[in-house]
Amino acid sequence: MTTTTTTDLAATTLLRFATAGSVDDGKSTLVGRLLHDSKSVLADQLEAVERASASRGQQAPDLALLTDGLRAEREQGITIDVAYRYFATPRRRFILADTPGHVQYTRNMVTGASTAELTVILVDARNGVVEQTRRHAAIAALLRVPHVVLAVNKMDLVDYRESVFAAIAEEFTAYATELGVPEVTAIPISALVGDNVVEPSATMDWYGGPTVLEHLETVPVSHDLAHCHARLPVQYVIRPQTAEHPDYRGYAGQIAAGSFRVGDEVTVLPSGRTTRISGIDLLGEPVDVAWTTQSVTVLLQDDIDVSRGDLMVPSKDAPATTQDVEATVCHVADQPLTVGHRVLLKHGTRTVKAIVKDIPSRLTLDDLSLHPHPGQLVANDIGRVKIRTAEPLPVDSYADSRRTGSFILIDPSDGTTLTAGMVGESFASPVPVKDAADEDGWDF
Amino acid sequence: MTTVAKTKAGDEGTGSPYALSHLDALESEAVHIFREVAGEFENPVILFSGGKDSIVMLHLALKAFRPAAVPFSLLHVDTGHNFPEVLDYRDRTVAGHGLRLHVASVQDYIDRGVLKERADGTRNPLQTLPLTEKIQSERFDAVFGGGRRDEEKARAKERVFSLRDEFSQWDPRRQRPELWNLYNGRHAPGEHVRVFPLSNWTELDVWQYIAREGIELPGIYYAHTREVFRRDGMWLTAGDWGGPKDDEAVEKRLVRYRTVGDMSCTGAVDSDADTIEKVITEIAASRLTERGATRADDKLSEAAMEDRKREGYF
Repeated sequence: MTTTTTTDLAATTLLRFATAGSVDDGKSTLVGRLLHDSKSVLADQLEAVERASASRGQQAPDLALLTDGLRAEREQGITIDVAYRYFATPRRRFILADTPGHVQYTRNMVTGASTAELTVILVDARNGVVEQTRRHAAIAALLRVPHVVLAVNKMDLVDYRESVFAAIAEEFTAYATELGVPEVTAIPISALVGDNVVEPSATMDWYGGPTVLEHLETVPVSHDLAHCHARLPVQYVIRPQTAEHPDYRGYAGQIAAGSFRVGDEVTVLPSGRTTRISGIDLLGEPVDVAWTTQSVTVLLQDDIDVSRGDLMVPSKDAPATTQDVEATVCHVADQPLTVGHRVLLKHGTRTVKAIVKDIPSRLTLDDLSLHPHPGQLVANDIGRVKIRTAEPLPVDSYADSRRTGSFILIDPSDGTTLTAGMVGESFASPVPVKDAADEDGWDF
Repeated sequence: MTTVAKTKAGDEGTGSPYALSHLDALESEAVHIFREVAGEFENPVILFSGGKDSIVMLHLALKAFRPAAVPFSLLHVDTGHNFPEVLDYRDRTVAGHGLRLHVASVQDYIDRGVLKERADGTRNPLQTLPLTEKIQSERFDAVFGGGRRDEEKARAKERVFSLRDEFSQWDPRRQRPELWNLYNGRHAPGEHVRVFPLSNWTELDVWQYIAREGIELPGIYYAHTREVFRRDGMWLTAGDWGGPKDDEAVEKRLVRYRTVGDMSCTGAVDSDADTIEKVITEIAASRLTERGATRADDKLSEAAMEDRKREGYF
């Protein structure tokens, strides 16, 4: 009986998701409600929160104290940084990137969304879709988060009216679809009271959809591998050179996209040498086929030169290599990014020297308008950049592969992570959403 | 041919036969982190205490480089108040895998007069100096720790790659954003990076993985009869470290440990879980976090962990 429990729990899948919401939308309450109602807040944690709340003279336990972990955060009553939370149901495990909603929202939301399969965007039912909502939708679209949930919160304050929810859901979905967000699920909730978060609402019988948790539990987490370009960034060469394995030479890495099979003809980039896969070891055990995001070791038929930083791809589906990368970036550091800036660019497992050749435009997320040639990007700015790299890189479009279409820029002098980059077009939308100041033809 | 069964693909509700189970996803991510460090650093070391998290961490490192050896050495900070079963486990593991073990000894520092015994007898906070000095003297540039973000609210803010300055200090306000799986390990000479491959694991994940992989643990993790006494709401083991006091009565109880640390501040819990299946059932039903249940050092103040981490603690 206990054995069954173990097996059942071990067979669940993992969903990474992020929350987005401004200070007053009730994000902390939603997170607190999700953790609390899924019984993920344990007695000693709750006790600590009650103790801390009481010592501050607060009447009720402040659930935000569950999530604000740093001294400065508690002192100032703000959330400074992304925190990661963990909870589970019998169906699935969750990693929640809990991103703060204050001024530094953009880089924090980009950080959280970069690994997320789903984003929950909160809206206050009384205010509807506001600037901040459009900003969150735009970031989710830029980061190509596959699933977006619109949580229309505080339904208790609008008498649980269906018309209020329907109008907000319709406006948001139209906007998000225009940005190319593939899927929007709108859910009317009251995080404070608990309607449709974990438990279905007793008040909104007009709503027939899932609760937030139910949706999180059932949303599909994997892409259709048949349509993915297979990609393996080589991390490390495994050469035991022991009596037992004198000739073993394996190329270790985590499959970034698609699948590889023994016998596949593969090309190693940027050299362009071609051979066949003679074996795949999945952490020490041979397998016939392996897929994203498994960490594997690939053995090749011919003894060709392969090292850390190379990208292994199917010969029939190789990306072009280039030294000129055009991308949408989010600047995440306090020091600005300027034209002429010499940087390091980390793409997959390869880090190369690079120079910022041009910053053609900066995007204003509020209205998606473009400011041409801003000269620099400062913290939280999103813009287009052209980068020249010292060596050719096999980059995919971020639209095709979030793993091999992304990169970071690093300051070579002090190692600061400067910028998050996404190669290729910004939004999936075929037409520019808004063309204010869009005179130079940049496709935002 | 063995692939599908091995990875437990085909979870219901995902719509994809290629979805990894949560344990496979966590394992794959941890292995990726080990290999990144092996590829980018000169002299990494794994902090190994003989506790379950560091045991799982070592197991993952062994899998990451098969059939080659682990390209890292181990470092144990010995408080001088360790459980003998754990030291025995440590030495057997090191010998069994042909690894190299560095030991930083708190007792040495006390004997030399560099550190002073605290009034409350706990040596946990005393570990920081021996640890950081060993990192400096051996010039370790990457230090793997078994810390998990689910353990504690300051740790929930921790990056997978966490830069420490030449004094090993952590500054939570100056952390590098971590985007996708592109970890930034750049550091200046004298600085090092703390690396947490188990960041995204929970206590239950660790136990389920131990069960799945059949990993051996020190016996104190399973229910056994032990002489203990009550202090600050925890069952502590009597020993040379300074317990019990005159008014603290020793009794025999059926207990087990959820964490393993210094004997002076690691409490046992009443439990009859003497197999891994029973442990998992117990953890899944527990209403207390492992630290809340068994660690006195975290109760010193609301920000005890953050304050220690700032100074260089794991």
